[in-house]
Amino acid sequence: MKASNAQWKGQLGSQIPNQLGAELDVFEHEIALKQQGKIEDRVFAETRLRRGAYGQRYDNGQRADGKATRTLNYPSTNTKGPGTLWDAPGMQRIKIPFGGLNASRLEMLADLCEEYSDGIAHVTTRQDFQLHYIHIEDTPTIMRRLASVGITTREACGNSVRNVTACPIAGVCREQSFDVTPYARAIAYFMLGHPDAQAFGRKFKIAFSGCKENACGLVRLHDFGAIAVTRKTGGETRRGFELWVGGGLGPVPQQAKLYDEFVPEEEILPVAQAIGRVFAQLGEKKNRNTARLKFLVSKLGIVEFKRLVQAEREILQHDPRWTAYLKDIPTSAELPLKSPALLQIEPVFPHGFERWRATNVYTQLQPGYATVTIALPLGDITASQLRLVADLSRRYVRETIRSTVEQNLVLRWVSEADLPALFTDLERGHLASPVAGTVVDVASCPGTDTCKLGIASSRGLAGELRVRLAEKGAELDESIRGLRIKISGCFNSCGQHHVADLGFYGVSRNKNGYTVPHFQVVLGGEWTNNAGAYGLAIGAVPSKRIPETVDRITGRYVAERAPSETFQAFIKRIGKTECKKMIEEFTAVPRHDEDPSFYSDWGDPREFTLGDIGVGECAGEVIAPIDFELVACEREVFEAQLKLESGDIPQAAAMAYESMLHGALALLRVKHLPVESGADNIVEGFRKHFFDTELFFDPFVRGKFAQDLFKAHENAGQPRTLETTHQLIEEAQLFIEACFSCYARISAAPVMAPA
Amino acid sequence: MLRPHIRRARDGSRMIDPNTVQHVNVKVFLKEPQALNLADVVPIFHRWIREGFLQEMLVDVADYRHVEAGPGVLLIGHEANYSLDNRENRLGLLYNRKASLDGTFQERLSQAYRAAIAACDRLEQEDIFRGILKFDRDTLDVFVNDRLLAPNTEESWQGLRGELEAFFQGFAIERQGEPRDLFRVAVTRR
Ligand code: SF4
Repeated sequence: MKASNAQWKGQLGSQIPNQLGAELDVFEHEIALKQQGKIEDRVFAETRLRRGAYGQRYDNGQRADGKATRTLNYPSTNTKGPGTLWDAPGMQRIKIPFGGLNASRLEMLADLCEEYSDGIAHVTTRQDFQLHYIHIEDTPTIMRRLASVGITTREACGNSVRNVTACPIAGVCREQSFDVTPYARAIAYFMLGHPDAQAFGRKFKIAFSGCKENACGLVRLHDFGAIAVTRKTGGETRRGFELWVGGGLGPVPQQAKLYDEFVPEEEILPVAQAIGRVFAQLGEKKNRNTARLKFLVSKLGIVEFKRLVQAEREILQHDPRWTAYLKDIPTSAELPLKSPALLQIEPVFPHGFERWRATNVYTQLQPGYATVTIALPLGDITASQLRLVADLSRRYVRETIRSTVEQNLVLRWVSEADLPALFTDLERGHLASPVAGTVVDVASCPGTDTCKLGIASSRGLAGELRVRLAEKGAELDESIRGLRIKISGCFNSCGQHHVADLGFYGVSRNKNGYTVPHFQVVLGGEWTNNAGAYGLAIGAVPSKRIPETVDRITGRYVAERAPSETFQAFIKRIGKTECKKMIEEFTAVPRHDEDPSFYSDWGDPREFTLGDIGVGECAGEVIAPIDFELVACEREVFEAQLKLESGDIPQAAAMAYESMLHGALALLRVKHLPVESGADNIVEGFRKHFFDTELFFDPFVRGKFAQDLFKAHENAGQPRTLETTHQLIEEAQLFIEACFSCYARISAAPVMAPA
Repeated sequence: MLRPHIRRARDGSRMIDPNTVQHVNVKVFLKEPQALNLADVVPIFHRWIREGFLQEMLVDVADYRHVEAGPGVLLIGHEANYSLDNRENRLGLLYNRKASLDGTFQERLSQAYRAAIAACDRLEQEDIFRGILKFDRDTLDVFVNDRLLAPNTEESWQGLRGELEAFFQGFAIERQGEPRDLFRVAVTRR
């Protein structure tokens, strides 16, 4: 789209590393071939995804405008993937290994977001940056310009090793065993484009953490999570990693399994390579819903998985890169710009400084230095703010900037004496919001704003909660100030809601003949201990009542908590039944004519729709029984959770399975299909009428939820562990969600038919 | 340093060729910015998409009200974006031309200016804003949203100054910003 695209290549010339320049030439050539119809849609889609060029909402050329679904008439009818129009704006993801930035990178991001996007650069929950509303023909130029400052977008998406994350305070942390930065950097570039990491059935996520107890690295929700540990042998202290594998969020969250308590530092790269080989050889390829490493680890069991990896490790050909970087570690540490100096107690600090200091300043391991967090609202930063941070990073530190998984930026190595001046400079750019790590600093995925898969507006809700919580400011009780709220637009969990104190993910419900945006409330997740525990869903609340729900839950915590009782402990103590009771009064939806605001989402005045579903004239006739039955199913899942909590695994598993059967039966009844009683008949009827016909298929995960039912049926009555039962309950929850969605589609169908 | 299309003037000074410049942006500032609640713009932009009454193909609304001094609320189009832009905490209607246009710089500037003014007219006529919202058509910024075609340099200024003066007769034109910024001039009625 940009008239200058053709000139940038010559302009940047030698500033682009040769290899990367050649790759980008190839990518540009592929774009040209696609325009000539010489590359298949699917092949081109994977090609651009591996370069970080994603699709965006409405790129199929259809958009519901609040009244009807209309066609967006883009000039070209060409496509850039199956059902993805050429001219439709897309998203460019930019990989930033371990969040490592510098001033010129920030300046480049500023230029790009201004020239090609909407003036905003967005920090993601994986320390990446994203630019939205990008035209595919601009992407090679964007990538060249990024390459000129040492950034590659290669393998930012697709079935590849995604951005390697690490604690943003690695190296300056008071709790760390040692600085994980060099290891995160080494593995990121070692695995990038590695032949053994090209044949995965799904993405592969790596994280490094400097310690076990704190959260920054979140290793236990990763495919490959490494925690820095040291071991004394013969008077010598050796560095290594406690290695966890097979974790992940998404529709079926799983905690990683301990692979080894100590993988020596020189072995971390070869072990990663060997795991990549096992994953590429044995991981699922056809069904993307079971293709993550977590499924392979579960299927094989950790003992067998480890045996296979070790066997693979033994036959690997030596690669000098495995250890070459280690010799540079002693001399590669970051250096400060200024001398260390303690903060001088001044008679008058700038207004607001002390409040900001309490939340946004971390005292480093190195005396006299601090790390400053720049809290970004919903991870968004403007071009001029990026330039300001670049300037400040040159003025106060040696360009030591990192992005964080909490969607913020940090400046490391600030001399403490400079803190008041830095605060004043940040304030000038509206970057001194005193909310880092507090309940106000709500994290969110893009949701329905731009994500093709979003169900509800996670960013809209996050924005609303931020405003409301910030308004309470000083009134907020100390005990809730440090809680974390995280929101995902759907069950895919990109907002990491599972590990928040209060997590939410977008769902929908049919109410009063309309589809109404809701959020599932997920309580009890643990951010600390490297994402030590995942929360469980306690019920769905209409989007518009989530703020009241938050007030109720936090209010109750403030009122009833025992001294120094954590939020997780409190939730555990009062139990899920009580939690559900707390939210029950917020689940009601007024009639449309009483309050139409419930029928649109936060920040979006259009009447809410799920895809192209409109209001079914006949929906009212069928709503009552099915709604009743599906709500009963939800309750059964909930009760299954309670059973699990009380340690009754067989009963919990049985109830979760029963809830799935009841959901399937409810759908069969909606279609007025005769079903004989008995689980076999229900499952067979469901398979015939909903699976084989694809009526139950989710647009994204296709038949996955139905297959979960078939699997649960196959395994019914067999002994289960705590973990497999937990997983079954998660699957039952999502199966019931899918029943709600399927029912919404069925009930909307009559409107879609010609009159 | 960027190398746009440079030519030499008669006096030997270097300047860009104005007719190679694309992606002209025009921002018209509001007279009383405090009178506008940006939240009110969101449903209007959604309706504009539904009713399709701007000349560009409209796609979506992006809402950045949560970002201070940011891009505000945008109406994303294929050929151009319209927004109630709040950069530098100066609220105004911004027309950001994304697609290239045939013709001369004068024609491109004229197109962007007319599109921006037409959008201002429409917004002022919206029921909710009638009599409240007023754009100051005598206070504008003109940008070029492409650092290669028109970096914020003396050469760009020399190349575009005459063109801008010819178009905005009776206005003072002043170059703005630092080298890292987009090429931008402030245009104010004398
Ligand atoms: S959680 Fe869902 S809505 Fe949010 S970014 Fe992921 S896929 Fe999209």
